[in-house]
Amino acid sequence: MSAVETTAAPASDGGPRLIPAPRFVVGLILPILLAVGWEAAVRFGLATGRLMPPPSRVFATLWELAASGELARHIAATSLRVAVGFGLGVVAGTLAGAVAGYSTLVRRLIDPTLQGLRSIPSIAWVPLFILWLGIFEESKVALIAVGVFFPVYLGVMGAILSVDRKIVEVGRVFRLTGPALVRRILLPAILPAYVLALRSGLGLGWMFVVAAEFMGASEGLGYLLVDGQQLGKPDQIVAAILCFAVLGKITDGLVAAGSAPFLRWQDNFRRED
Amino acid sequence: MLTIDGVGRVYPNGTRALERIGLTLEAGEILAVVGGSGCGKSTLLRLVSGLDRASEGRILVDGAAIAEPHPAVGIVFQEPRLLPWLDVADNVGFGIAHLPRAEREGRIAAVLAKVGLADYARRWPRELSGGQAQRVAIARALVARPSVLLLDEPFSALDAFTRADLQDHLLDLWAESRPTMVLVTHDIEEALVLADRIVVMQPKPGRIAAETRVALPRPRDRLAPEFEEAKRRILRSLDDTLSTRPRGEEIAPAAAI
Repeated sequence: MSAVETTAAPASDGGPRLIPAPRFVVGLILPILLAVGWEAAVRFGLATGRLMPPPSRVFATLWELAASGELARHIAATSLRVAVGFGLGVVAGTLAGAVAGYSTLVRRLIDPTLQGLRSIPSIAWVPLFILWLGIFEESKVALIAVGVFFPVYLGVMGAILSVDRKIVEVGRVFRLTGPALVRRILLPAILPAYVLALRSGLGLGWMFVVAAEFMGASEGLGYLLVDGQQLGKPDQIVAAILCFAVLGKITDGLVAAGSAPFLRWQDNFRRED
Repeated sequence: MLTIDGVGRVYPNGTRALERIGLTLEAGEILAVVGGSGCGKSTLLRLVSGLDRASEGRILVDGAAIAEPHPAVGIVFQEPRLLPWLDVADNVGFGIAHLPRAEREGRIAAVLAKVGLADYARRWPRELSGGQAQRVAIARALVARPSVLLLDEPFSALDAFTRADLQDHLLDLWAESRPTMVLVTHDIEEALVLADRIVVMQPKPGRIAAETRVALPRPRDRLAPEFEEAKRRILRSLDDTLSTRPRGEEIAPAAAI
């Protein structure tokens, strides 16, 4: 609404005209104010900035890491882990959610167990995964996959269970059965909930990759965090945190943007910007 | 032609919803089924549509027994039940996806023009009013060219003006291809405007209590004295069927509290 009003503001009234600004600019005001304030506080000697480095130091560290190629290596390692873990979690969660949603028998069989497993704090799996899969990539990917699995499983199962019987009957009236009913009625009906499940799964994937990299990694953004703590480099920690924020936002935006063309029909669908 | 022969329906929990319904409709006839809620009129329609299966008896459409949805039988539900992810044209064409593209598109355009929504082909269902959505639902049923069209209280969710408008519109559409129609409604006036014959149903178990032919010529004037007289007659028979409820079943008097 507000964007429409701003861009449509009359230019001919001669008065001072507001520059048309996208809505997200408003959201930038607070973080920028905080950053500038902290920078000024350190510059004017109000704070030492030893434990919480000013933005300029954080960006200098980021620049150093980027220039040496280190940053790209760490980002690539972390992203790859998230990508593989997310992929595995999504496939498993989608399959399990689909059968559990479709078949009452399967649901009664597996859902209580899965709900039980879901209530286990994810970090509790770490020792077991290390025993089973070693301390290298496999255990990390497994932990991420577990984190992604549950929201996707729940989302798909819930979506299938809540498909409107009345809509399914429309398919039956036109004699759709089996695969055609799934493709033409069930899949489009569950798509919005599925996209939401993917997005929350992805968020958990980024969360779990940190836990995974804490359990011993020689590269990755999580390694930068641990390394920064052990060597007393808070600027490196904040730099890594910033990278997580940017990567999380970008990947979430990609999923949202990728699904948007299929969800244009939705009554309540609003692009996030 | 539609034959409903000794049809009964017992729910899995043992409740009997319908008992020995027998009706024969000639090709092109419009039958209205009226009755209070719970009299089994919608259940009957679901059996004819093949969505549910009769416990006893049989239903024949042009000689073929109905046990599951049949291509010659179309249905319009109380709600439009449009698929929200398809635009109006794709909703209308949902049931004729097997036809070649050119024929499919021709039929969709033709039926949309008939229901007066030619300009709405690329709209989403959410952009339609209730009356427009129900017209799309009617178009979706008609585009498959059914010989029997079932209507389950199709206009009950609409306001009075839209309802009267769509009733007249439905008659125009019927006049073009003359499908046999079964209309379930609780609105006596609607039944009198549309039907050749009206069947009054009675609950517990659902059965036919009265049947009357509507001899009024079409188009029917809702304000004509003959129309009023016919309406009174049906209302009286409906009243009779409802008052047969045994006294003992009446709700406990408020004075007992």
